[in-house]
Amino acid sequence: MTVKHRTHHLWHFHGGLKLEGHKAMSTAEPVVKAILPKRLVVPLQQHIGDIASPVVNVGDKVLKGQIIAENNSYVSAPVHAPSSGTVTDIDNFPTPHPSGISSLCMVIETDGEDRWAEREALTDPRQLSPVELRQKVRRAGIVGLGGATFPTSVKLNPGPDSAIETLIINGVECEPYISCDDMLMREQAKALILGCELIQYMVSAHHCLIAIEDNKPEAIHQVRQEIEARSLHNIEVVVVPTVYPSGGEKQLIKILTHKEVPSDGLPSDIGILVQNVGTAVAVHNAIYLGEPLISRYVTITGEGVQQPRNLEVLIGTQMSELIEQSGGYHENAAKLIMGGPMMGFTLSTDHLPITKGCNCLLVENTPEQTPETMPCIRCGACATVCPAQLLPQQLYWHASSKNFEQVQDYHLFDCIECGCCSYVCPSQIPLVQYYRFAKTEIWNQERERIKSDHARVRHDFRQARLDREKKEREEKLRKKKEMLEKKKQAEAKAAAEGKSDAVDPKKAAIEAAMKRVQEKKAAQQKPPSDSAEKPSGDSE
Amino acid sequence: MSILIAVITLAIIAGLFGLLLGYAAIKFRVEGDPVVDKIDALLPQTQCGQCSYPGCRPYAEAIASGEANINQCPPGGETTMLALSDLLGVEPVPLDEEHDREPVKTVVYIDEQTCIGCTLCIQACPVDAILGAAKQMHTIIEDECTGCDLCIPPCPVDCIHVKPVSVDQNTWRWPLPENQHTAPQA
Amino acid sequence: MQFKTATSPHQTHTSSVSSVMYKVLLALIPGTIAMIVFFGWGVLVNILLACVVALTSEALMLWVRKRPIKPYLMDGSALLTACLLALALPQLAPWWLTTVGTAFAIIVAKHLYGGLGFNPFNPAMVGYVVVLISFPREMTQWVPPLLEDYTLLTFSETLRVIFTGELPLNYTWDAVTMATPLDTIKTQLGLELSVGEIENHKQYGSMFGEIGGFGWEWVNGLFLATGLLLAIKGIIDWRIPAGLIITLLLLSNTFALYDYASYTPPTFHLFSGGIMLGAFFIATDPVTAATSSKGRWLFGAGIGAFIFIIRTWGGYPDGIAFAILLMNMAVPLLDYYTMPRAYGHRWTEFPHHHKEQDDEI
Repeated sequence: MTVKHRTHHLWHFHGGLKLEGHKAMSTAEPVVKAILPKRLVVPLQQHIGDIASPVVNVGDKVLKGQIIAENNSYVSAPVHAPSSGTVTDIDNFPTPHPSGISSLCMVIETDGEDRWAEREALTDPRQLSPVELRQKVRRAGIVGLGGATFPTSVKLNPGPDSAIETLIINGVECEPYISCDDMLMREQAKALILGCELIQYMVSAHHCLIAIEDNKPEAIHQVRQEIEARSLHNIEVVVVPTVYPSGGEKQLIKILTHKEVPSDGLPSDIGILVQNVGTAVAVHNAIYLGEPLISRYVTITGEGVQQPRNLEVLIGTQMSELIEQSGGYHENAAKLIMGGPMMGFTLSTDHLPITKGCNCLLVENTPEQTPETMPCIRCGACATVCPAQLLPQQLYWHASSKNFEQVQDYHLFDCIECGCCSYVCPSQIPLVQYYRFAKTEIWNQERERIKSDHARVRHDFRQARLDREKKEREEKLRKKKEMLEKKKQAEAKAAAEGKSDAVDPKKAAIEAAMKRVQEKKAAQQKPPSDSAEKPSGDSE
Repeated sequence: MSILIAVITLAIIAGLFGLLLGYAAIKFRVEGDPVVDKIDALLPQTQCGQCSYPGCRPYAEAIASGEANINQCPPGGETTMLALSDLLGVEPVPLDEEHDREPVKTVVYIDEQTCIGCTLCIQACPVDAILGAAKQMHTIIEDECTGCDLCIPPCPVDCIHVKPVSVDQNTWRWPLPENQHTAPQA
Repeated sequence: MQFKTATSPHQTHTSSVSSVMYKVLLALIPGTIAMIVFFGWGVLVNILLACVVALTSEALMLWVRKRPIKPYLMDGSALLTACLLALALPQLAPWWLTTVGTAFAIIVAKHLYGGLGFNPFNPAMVGYVVVLISFPREMTQWVPPLLEDYTLLTFSETLRVIFTGELPLNYTWDAVTMATPLDTIKTQLGLELSVGEIENHKQYGSMFGEIGGFGWEWVNGLFLATGLLLAIKGIIDWRIPAGLIITLLLLSNTFALYDYASYTPPTFHLFSGGIMLGAFFIATDPVTAATSSKGRWLFGAGIGAFIFIIRTWGGYPDGIAFAILLMNMAVPLLDYYTMPRAYGHRWTEFPHHHKEQDDEI
């Protein structure tokens, strides 16, 4: 049966690459659940934003889907127990990050029962308001599953000024090797469509485009069938040509709508919201089934694994276990990459937990001899392929000489780090690393600047306080002196007046006695006549 | 005759340029520039006094008056020196040998077992980052500590120690690629 | 298990600087063979000599500058510079001329400016101009292409001429060398002959061949063919030769239409001298060319215009080297004013917005 589909007009973004897909190697088998691990290490920061803080203690029993760490701020997400068991540790453990630095994790010894906490399943979510639904998405800890891990509930709330016209569901998955979204679309097309409808309802978008690359015919077929079966008219599958990086949010928007997201803005500024297919399914699970985000599809692939495949994995499962379930390493395995070959980062060990943002584990064999890095010969190949239409060579020039102002003039922060420039560079310059270096340096300078401004304020405040205290002390001293002075004057006055008036008899007696002594002395030495007045000043 | 023409031409040109310069001086006059503020804004505000001036602002004033060089700030390191050279339009000056490397950011902490609560460190801290009272144990507010180490010498029991600022996943920085001989240099 | 760490992307294209250079060198071969056929063994001797000098100077400078010698020596850039320079020199140029030109190109024009990737001026053209203005007499010793009245020297005779300056018995310099067609046109136009008269002159006529000078047509034709191949393969940028050729065509056509007696026809312009070599192989040196698409169009067009100006009104018969060096100078300006608009930015934001900061200081 052939059905005619409306052909959506497509545009091009600048540059990009045609890459070999290598996807078929991991799509042969259906997705199965990974074996329930004995020990789960759940990082508390698996999202962009503030780290979640634990709400259970070591020794507590937890149920599957129970919140174990709460978000304290708006841009953050709670973390749930992926399975039932006992919390045995809350401490810093290595988590997948390019730095190799550890971060706070919760360790759960599973009891093997996989017992769910209470789930609140909804059959007709439209009885709830978009705000209530968004709250549920928030409680379910859903983050962008395409890899960016931005809290979804924040994205679903674009603010009163931006009305969402078009919802774009990103099923492009343009990086080579990765196939988890492909498998998800094939196997969970129904959940995907229901999830799309929910998101559409939450942001009141007029229509929804599901973008899928033309190298995934099976997924396209499944999703289209689901749409037809439910005879939906405002959800449409758009088949886009396979070009890397058409799955980038900004690039996909350009392809589908010809609009560009302003450099200093968000897609919502131009009436667009983009969500990954995995996120849409997670939204479906959270609302219809009441299940928070505790598992995801992960592709385990590459020439360095024996049986490449996709697994449904609980968050916190060790990578080494997944590799084992994929037949183990090939003898030449040399590099373990989280993510794809273009944007993923290497891991030095496989004893790391799977996180919400981990879509793929790619194991590469020892590469053939790579040519040595040579100086830039200004060939301009990088600028030709740059999907952000930047001048990678100028960025490289300024980044490597730590010229951080210039590098921003050349729009460093519009770089999406897709790696196209490094890929084509005949001099094999690791361009993207220079950009990451410059970006993190600039962020660091910004942090330092804020900190030093803060220190200046505190220092000035302290200086002012010290000055004030000094002044106060001086003032006090002065006042004391003044008082003394006044007192003295008053006494002098009193003394002067005392000659006429009757004063203290004691004093008068002393004075009289002293007078007598002085008179005696004067009689002996014949002193000058006015010296008699002097001692009276010392008498107090 | 020809020499007269030459002299007249030169005189006219001289006059014109004089007018032009005079006009430019009025038109493009630079208003009193708060250059000290700008320099101060670039300094790390540790108030540590390692520049031999009693704090960042005095050092900024010294630079502005031409009294001090731009390479005397060890906590700021090369970054600050380059920023200053950029701001002031002067040639970068290499840092002293001992401060040649990127400065490691540090903070101090108090060994609470040893502290006798003498308050001497509190008086020394330029940013009020130490909490405590007489005969009470003192503690450092780590977020406020600038790493100036000025509290260390006054401590009679040597209970204040230096530690590097811990780097987490959010503050970690990508290093420059190795093998830099192919890259343009600063 | 412990793994190696590296930065993304983890896949790269297989191209390298040396593969680009060697492909360009390969594309020079057909045109070079034509030159040897028409102008004799001197072409080959020059190339070999220049290559030896270039590699020696390169190795020396790398050693002095404490750079890794092997990868840089093997990258092919010095060889390419040497070949381009050698092809531009007269076939019987004395050995020291080639040596001085090549050594100057590599040592001064390339390494003193920072080596591969950092030189603002095309090293081959700098070397050429240095010997052109220093030794004008030797630079006119062009061998006439395979004409009846002239005989090409044998290989050993050529070697002897180049290395000792001694001509074989019974030969005079006038017998083995003669002015190039471009030179002749220039001189004779100066003597108030018309283009038509020169081309049909009994003494010079035969050298003009069908379009651009006998022999030269073939050489240029072959360089054009292999150059086009490189452009199609994306190894060189097509915009630079396109801009150059279109501009030269437009200008020469306009002037020839205006006065065909005093201005040479466009076909002659395109197929004489080193136009195709210059357009496809020298001007496209990425290090010294503009980098943006628009900038490259303008860069090529500027070279084309300068070539026409120098050929028509300048003091030298050909002006490719000067034209390229003049446009090399303009590259930073071209790049600055032809920056592409980045995604999500408006045209008006760029490229002037950081000017304010400069003014402050």
